[in-house]
Amino acid sequence: MKRPTMALPQMAHSDMAPWPLVMLAAPLLPFAGLDGTTLFLPQLPIALALFAVTIATILGRRLPGSALGEALLLLAGVASAYAAPLVLLKEGYGLAQAGGLWVYLAGATLLLWRVLALLAMVSGPARLAGPALFGLALVMLWEILTRGFQVPTILLPPPSTVLSAFAVHAADLWDDFRQTVLVSVLRGYLIGCGAGFLVAILADRVPFLARGLLPLGNLASAVPVVGIAPIMVMWFGFDWQSKAAVIVVMTFFPMLINTLAGLQSAERIQLDLMRSYGAGYWRTLAMLRLPCALPFLFNGLKINSTLALIGAIVAEFFGTPVVGMGFRISTQVARMNLDVVWATIAVAALTGSLLYGALALAERRVTAWHPSLRKR
Amino acid sequence: MPAAQPAPLTLVPPAAEPAPRTIVDIRNLTLTYQAADHPVYALSDVSLSIAKGDFISLIGPSGCGKTTLMRVVADLEQPTSGEVTVNGMTPEQARLKRAYGYVFQAPALYPWRTVERNVTLPLEIMGLPKAERQQRAREQLELVGLSGFERKFPWQLSGGMQQRVSIARALAFNPDLLLMDEPFGALDEITRDHLNLQLTRLWLGTRKTCIFVTHSIAEAVFLSTRIVVMSPRPGRILDVIDCDGDLPRERTLDIRESPEFQRIAHRVREGLMEGHSYDD
Ligand SMILES: Nc1ncnc2c1ncn2[C@@H]1O[C@H](COP(=O)(O)OP(=O)(O)OP(=O)(O)O)[C@@H](O)[C@H]1O
Ligand SMILES: [Mg+2]
Repeated sequence: MKRPTMALPQMAHSDMAPWPLVMLAAPLLPFAGLDGTTLFLPQLPIALALFAVTIATILGRRLPGSALGEALLLLAGVASAYAAPLVLLKEGYGLAQAGGLWVYLAGATLLLWRVLALLAMVSGPARLAGPALFGLALVMLWEILTRGFQVPTILLPPPSTVLSAFAVHAADLWDDFRQTVLVSVLRGYLIGCGAGFLVAILADRVPFLARGLLPLGNLASAVPVVGIAPIMVMWFGFDWQSKAAVIVVMTFFPMLINTLAGLQSAERIQLDLMRSYGAGYWRTLAMLRLPCALPFLFNGLKINSTLALIGAIVAEFFGTPVVGMGFRISTQVARMNLDVVWATIAVAALTGSLLYGALALAERRVTAWHPSLRKR
Repeated sequence: MPAAQPAPLTLVPPAAEPAPRTIVDIRNLTLTYQAADHPVYALSDVSLSIAKGDFISLIGPSGCGKTTLMRVVADLEQPTSGEVTVNGMTPEQARLKRAYGYVFQAPALYPWRTVERNVTLPLEIMGLPKAERQQRAREQLELVGLSGFERKFPWQLSGGMQQRVSIARALAFNPDLLLMDEPFGALDEITRDHLNLQLTRLWLGTRKTCIFVTHSIAEAVFLSTRIVVMSPRPGRILDVIDCDGDLPRERTLDIRESPEFQRIAHRVREGLMEGHSYDD
């Protein structure tokens, strides 16, 4: 047996697994249905053209000569495959029994896999396109599957319906966002995290406080939101105060526990150094212990960013002035307006990820020295 | 000799000095650590008097209490019994007056600070203006051969370089008493020789008092006015060897070849072996 002694540069991306070729079976199976008759690929000129494009990109994939070029070419093939069902649906064909089309789509999705693998090898901004493409493909598949199989919108509306709900209810969604995120979550989060942080600093100086509070923290983290939310609404009324109170209860202890752990994380020798300079408590806190605690603080802030959003939305189920994301979800579910519910869920998910992402980014900047982030 | 260190040696010849003032006085010091299950007897009845301008080396087997002894002087550890005074004060008062600079056995750098800002840390605490802080950091980093690394972070440096940064940090605020715990342990022979030479010149030029822990007999003899040989745990003082009489104060690397040097080194070795004899 002879082993190759040297790999050519383009060898790295020129071999492709044969799985996307399952789509060659598509012409043999029904491709669409219309008024009870099944149609095959040759009878559907547009679909045939799209299919031909995909096959052509697979055959010609080596022509560009670079990983990025190949990725772009194959992406065009994937795009035409994903376009096929949408075009057919638009022309009124039924797709529930269209085995050939689904085989075509499955093959195209495997081709997308190849595209993503190629993009992961590329350096520079094109690399970032990978995750975005991945998300886009998921949304497209969701759209194609829900519409192709005519899933009832009550169960799962296609993204396009959710998107149009966005447009139609934009004013409401914005009001909800302002009420829930900009008012309740922001205030509750700041109060909860701030109080957790300050009490942790106090508890660090007064040991019995820490010993008394930590078990309480375990207890509080086990209390369900649905239990405290109605109580807080009774105590603080319908407006943002009760939501903020729920958030404070949920975020206080995670912040306290993380800050305490962070303050303990300075090493003895680092503390000895401060002591040898005759530095007092506050100076040691500012110059050594807080910097040491930063990774822990960010951990608490990140956990709390999601907790706060969940807390506010759940609390709004128990009473709000007629606005807010939780209020919207609970009322629109009752009216079967699932598209609005999904639009609200999308807003919540986006807000949560953006908040988390912003904190993670800040953490990268501020604690770049930490072993988990440092790059030599 | 760097320009930063004034007081040229020629102005103060050792012979013309008045009676030496005691800087560190240790009397019958005993220290027992209360470990979880049993007490650890780290130091037992240690007495030592260190005069101004002395360079004392502590040498002894690993775990014999050298670090512990330094930590007591630095008020980082409380003795179980015995008396310690530093500059005529209690160790705590001396610490609060920032009477000493301590080079720890590990570099103890802060990873979120650049090399330069690690060196300026004590100067920030002392409230020096920024320009002067940077000036001094530059000088001290040059002294330990780390010019050009100011903007790096400690974790981008090798272990020996990190230890040199910590030496620069201790020198930066110019303390009269230097406590150095195996500062050159992690360095190669040539760098070590170079820094030994720098240290002995610095000491001679500034009349600092130094307490120095080392495992190297040659280093101890080369640098010291007196060598303190300690026994295995519980640490006791086995022998105090005076080097000042036989070796000149101003030392160059080639005195290591002289018979006096060899004789003192031999005596230190004998002392260490005597301490070990009941082990086997
Ligand atoms: N905090 C502590 N608690 C309990 N025991 C300790 C503590 N610190 C040191 N010891 C013990 O005291 C003894 C002396 O320790 P020390 O660090 O002073 O040794 P050393 O002479 O500096 O050793 P080395 O040369 O290895 O640095 C050791 O046996 C060690 O186990
Ligand atoms: Mg030691």
